[in-house]
Amino acid sequence: MNSAEIVDRLRARFGDKIGDFDDKAGDPFVYVQPDAIDEVCGHLKNDEALAFDALSNLSGVDHPKTSTIQVVYHLYSYRHRHMIVLKVSANREDPVIRTVAGVWRAANWHEREVFDLLGVRFEGHPDLRRLLMPEDWVGHPLRKDFVEPEEYHGIKTSRESPIHGIKTSHESPTK
Amino acid sequence: MSITGLEVEVERDDGFETEEMTLNMGPQHPSTHGVLRFVIKADGEVMRKATPDVGYLHRSIEKIAEKVGYASFMPYTDRVDYVAAMPCNQGWAMVTERLAGIEVPRRGEFCRVIATELNRIASHLLAVGSMAMDIGAYTPFTHALRERELINELLQELCGSRLTFNYMRIGGCAWDLPPRFGEKAIEYLDHLEPIIDEYNALISFNKIYVERLASVAVISREEAIDYNLVGPNLRGSGVKYDVRRDEPYSVYPEIDFDIPVGTGEAGIVGDSYDRYMVRIREMKECCKIIRQCLSKMEPGPVIAKVPRNLKPKPGEAYVRVESARGDMGWYCVSDGSTAPYRLKIRTGSFAAMSAIEHVSRGLMIADLVALIASLDIVAPEVDR
Amino acid sequence: MTLFNSMPEMALTTTVDSMINWTRKSSIWYMVFGLACCAIEMMHTGGPRADIDRFGTIPRATPRTSDLIMVSGTLTLKMALRTKLLYDQMPDPKYVISMGSCANCGGLFQLAYSVCDGVDKVIPVDVYVPGCPPRPEALTEGILKLQQKIAEERWLVRRAPGEAHV
Repeated sequence: MNSAEIVDRLRARFGDKIGDFDDKAGDPFVYVQPDAIDEVCGHLKNDEALAFDALSNLSGVDHPKTSTIQVVYHLYSYRHRHMIVLKVSANREDPVIRTVAGVWRAANWHEREVFDLLGVRFEGHPDLRRLLMPEDWVGHPLRKDFVEPEEYHGIKTSRESPIHGIKTSHESPTK
Repeated sequence: MSITGLEVEVERDDGFETEEMTLNMGPQHPSTHGVLRFVIKADGEVMRKATPDVGYLHRSIEKIAEKVGYASFMPYTDRVDYVAAMPCNQGWAMVTERLAGIEVPRRGEFCRVIATELNRIASHLLAVGSMAMDIGAYTPFTHALRERELINELLQELCGSRLTFNYMRIGGCAWDLPPRFGEKAIEYLDHLEPIIDEYNALISFNKIYVERLASVAVISREEAIDYNLVGPNLRGSGVKYDVRRDEPYSVYPEIDFDIPVGTGEAGIVGDSYDRYMVRIREMKECCKIIRQCLSKMEPGPVIAKVPRNLKPKPGEAYVRVESARGDMGWYCVSDGSTAPYRLKIRTGSFAAMSAIEHVSRGLMIADLVALIASLDIVAPEVDR
Repeated sequence: MTLFNSMPEMALTTTVDSMINWTRKSSIWYMVFGLACCAIEMMHTGGPRADIDRFGTIPRATPRTSDLIMVSGTLTLKMALRTKLLYDQMPDPKYVISMGSCANCGGLFQLAYSVCDGVDKVIPVDVYVPGCPPRPEALTEGILKLQQKIAEERWLVRRAPGEAHV
């Protein structure tokens, strides 16, 4: 089944929860509302004709220009060998999206990583805490406006250039 | 005490009170899989829960991609999975070529496949060798390292480096095969195939080894797909799927090779022994692929003409390549500038690590080590 | 009067010092502290071809029974605190080899937000081995340099004024 047919089936069932379908820029994708993503994914997995039994990828993309954070889902079906791409857009100030960890257990860690690096909160996630960064890290590093801290637990995060310690011959000795 | 499948129930009727212990394993530990940490809640030797704690090798490779640009990013892809670096190079090259609409010449594709398959053999050798070492047998590890040294010699002649190759470029490969490389590769494959049988006689069919691994940490087919396990982990659970055959790319459609699948020969389908034997058998399939590639290659260019400042059109692409640890997904968003807007690398070890907490219930602590080794987890793939 | 670092330089005392140093440098036990790609080359260096076991260096799993820590690979900020803890757990006298570009200065990951630029920010280093990753021959050279350093230590003989402590 190709993406257009899958989107038609989803629109027939979920109506206005399914947004625009874009098939021009690379892989075709369709937008889904953030509060309906878990129902849509549950239907995609359990329906016999669609049978998307594997979550191939879940990643977050930061778009400060439109003030959104998008979470992109790549779903794959081992039975029918087709793939679909879903996108969910959330407000950048306070991004909240329903979790799909109840649909595919693979989503658990992917969502933790998106929370850690981009700050998206997943409602209903069983264990949402930082995954890759230390627990006491401040900030979400993959955001475009992230500023690196000067030091962490006493360790400076940059290497000082030795030019500051060099005394040249034309400097006076009393300096 | 009763044992029912995976769970071990401990009932004591002698009046002793027992408490759960919390142990810490890692991040420094003698296993060779890198800096991983587990917090284990154990009742004696039997684990109730092993919670992984990762991020000790998080080198922010995805953020660096946004800083350095498409062409300069190639050396960083080697470090995403340093044991099998060629498929990572290929994944990055393929996603950029898909975004920019570049086609790789035929000889370049053959060079890529030969390099990737040689690297796959090297990666599987390290996987099975370190698995044997984790179980407690030190000799097979040195045998595997010896064979890996010979592959390192071949790959060093090809691209100058033993471990982090940086051989592929966007549009093809950096250099053509050196003179007489084909003969040396065939000489090595003729040497390797009997060694795999010798290795099997040494360790694979050894009674102690089989009893350590058979029916330990069984992952069923549904669980494997639900956790998005890929590669030999998925094939060991009985799913006959390989990106090279089912979503083929490069010149794999023209090459004839088999996909080994776990059959539960020593215990249950999907146990640690199945995942181990899938890797051993895949090494022989790699030898077949390399021989066919060397005989089908024809002279020609190995790299396409690519503009110096590559600026792909705005868009996005998702490409999957079959690395030694399973299919690696490369998702790249381009905004028309010289550096990607966002790059996400989805690796097989990430999913395998997330499955450990569930699979390790009821196992003994020594079996946890066998489980990590049989899933072939390397820390840089988990943390990137 | 203690014997330690108190005797003048004579034929007897320097010979005793050389004997002690020879036995110590021929049996350096290193802790397996492989972090990243350099760990694979460290394994190869201990492997069958470039064998460092012939110099007496064998791998140990725990810091309590090792003399040498070979920091091989990228040190992240999360790991740097644990590295300091492991270094403190090693008994004196102990040595540190910083293997590879990432451990020397951050390497090609200096652009990263989560990487500690060099292991010498947390622990003092004796020998720096350059490379990315260093070949087994390069790491062997690093260990031989460390052996040279150990050969110059003084046990009975008093130290010259201004000479650094081990």
